[in-house]
Amino acid sequence: MKALAFLGRGIKRSGLLGFVFPVLLLLVWESLSRFGIVRASLLPPPSAVALTLRDLARSGELLGHIEVTLMRVAFGFAGGTLAATVLGALTGYSDLWRRLLDPLLQAIRSIPSIAWVPLFVLWLGIFEASKDTLIAVGVFFPVYLNLMAGIQQVDRKLVEVARVHGYRGVALVRYVLLPATLPTYITGLRGGLGLGWMFVIAAELMGASEGLGFLLIDGQQTGRPAIIIASILLFGCFGKLSDMALARIGQRFTGWQDSFKAAKEKEANASDRSGLQAI
Amino acid sequence: MLRIDRVSKRFENGLAALSPVDLTIERGEIVGLVGTSGCGKSTLLRIACGLETPTTGEVILDGEPVTEPRSEVGIVFQEPRLMPWLTVRQNVGFALSKFSKSRRGPLIDAALHKVGLTAFADALPQQLSGGMAQRAAIARALVARPSVLLLDEPFSALDAFTRLGLQDHLLDIWREDKPTLLFVTHDIEEALVLSDRIVVMRAKPGRIHAQYEIDLPRPRRRADPRLQVWKERLLQDLDLVAA
Repeated sequence: MKALAFLGRGIKRSGLLGFVFPVLLLLVWESLSRFGIVRASLLPPPSAVALTLRDLARSGELLGHIEVTLMRVAFGFAGGTLAATVLGALTGYSDLWRRLLDPLLQAIRSIPSIAWVPLFVLWLGIFEASKDTLIAVGVFFPVYLNLMAGIQQVDRKLVEVARVHGYRGVALVRYVLLPATLPTYITGLRGGLGLGWMFVIAAELMGASEGLGFLLIDGQQTGRPAIIIASILLFGCFGKLSDMALARIGQRFTGWQDSFKAAKEKEANASDRSGLQAI
Repeated sequence: MLRIDRVSKRFENGLAALSPVDLTIERGEIVGLVGTSGCGKSTLLRIACGLETPTTGEVILDGEPVTEPRSEVGIVFQEPRLMPWLTVRQNVGFALSKFSKSRRGPLIDAALHKVGLTAFADALPQQLSGGMAQRAAIARALVARPSVLLLDEPFSALDAFTRLGLQDHLLDIWREDKPTLLFVTHDIEEALVLSDRIVVMRAKPGRIHAQYEIDLPRPRRRADPRLQVWKERLLQDLDLVAA
C-alpha cells in the first residue's frame, strides 16, 4: 500500500500524470481483444498494432511514408505561414489594406477548404503541388486572423511611448508591434499547424500513392485494421510532437508574458526570486 | 524656455478641450498643473510633447516650435508603460534608438543609478512593484538628458507611501540636472510640495484660471501650516470648498 502511495506521488511530481489514462486505456483494450470480447479482426489489440508497425518499419516502407507526409506538411505550413504573415501584417497595420483585402479573405475563408480540391487538381495536377496548396490554404487562415487581430490589439499606450521616442514605420513594427504580437501569432501558428495535419490527411485520402494518409486507405482496402490504427497513432504522435516543438520555441520568445499560467510557475520558484518583489 | 503660445484644441467631434492658453515656463522651473477632470490639463501636456497637434497656436521650446515628439522633451505617463518583453535596462535603452551603441551603455547606467534600479537592470517589468516600474519609466524619460520633463499624473496610480517617496525622489533627481518640470496632478498637496509655481485650470472650456508662485522654502514639510493655507486657497479656486 505504502509503495503504491509512493508511486502515486512520484507520478504526480514527474509530470507523468497525463500518461495515466492512456496506459489504462491500452490495458483495457488489450484485454478486450485477448479475451475475445471484441473481434480481433475488427479491433486488433495494441500488441498487434505494435507488431504491424515493427514490420512496416523493418521493410523500410514506414519511413518513406512518414517522410512524404512530413514534407507535405512542412511545405504547406511554410507556404501558408508566409502568405498569412505578409497579408496579416499588412491588414493589421494599415486600415486601408484591411478595408481592401480583409472582406475578400473572409469571404474565401467561408468556403470549406476541401471544396478547392477539384480546382487545385485541375490546375496543379494530382501530385505534390495540389496537395501542398491545399494544406497551405488550411494553414493560412488561423495564422492570418491571429496576426491581424494581434496587431490591432497591441496596447495603444505602448505605441504612444514608441511614438514619443521617434519610432515610426518599420522600426515601430520591428521593435513594438512584432514583439507585442508574438504570443497571438504563435497561437495562430499552432492552430495553423493543427489544420495542416488535418488537411494533409484530406489530401492523401483523396489520391496518393504514398504517405500516412495513403497507408490509412491501403489498410481499409486490404482489410487490415491494424495498419489503419497504426497510421492514426502515427498522425497523433507527429501532430503532438510538432505542436510541442512549436510551443517550446514560442515559450522562448514569450517568457515575458504576465499571465495566469506564468504566475503559477513563478509561485513555484518564488523562493529564489522573492528578493525582486521587495521595494 | 518652454512657451505655450495661444494654444487651443478642438477635437474632431467638435468638443473644445482647450480655449487659447498662454503659459511660459523658465528653464529649470517646476510647474504643477492642477484642475478637476476635463479641464484639458492632460491635453495641454500631450500638445507640449508633440503627441497631439494644437488646433491653433504653437509650443516653442528654446526658440524652436515643437511639432512632433523630440528627444529634448521626456514624458512620464500615469502608468509606467514599460514594454513587457524588455528588461528594465532595455526599456530604458528604448529611448536611445538615435544614440550610438557605445554611448548607450553609460547613459543607461547613469539613469538607472539615478532612480536606484541598478540592481534590477535585468528584471522584467512583471517582476517589479508599481513604484519600481514607475521609477523605471522615469529613468526612460530621463536617459536622453531632456531639458524638459513632462509628467502626466505620474504618481496617481501608486499607494500613498510609495507616492510620498517618489515625490521626494523626483526632487532629488531634479537637483542634479535641473530640467524644466511640468507635471499634471490631481493631488494638491503633491503640487504644493513640488512646485515653484502652480497653474490652476478650469473646465468648459479648458483654460487657465489662476497662477500662484509658491514661495515656501525647500525642502518643504507636508505638515507645514503655511502649506495648509495654500491648500485651502487652491481648493477654493477649484470650487471644492465653500469660499
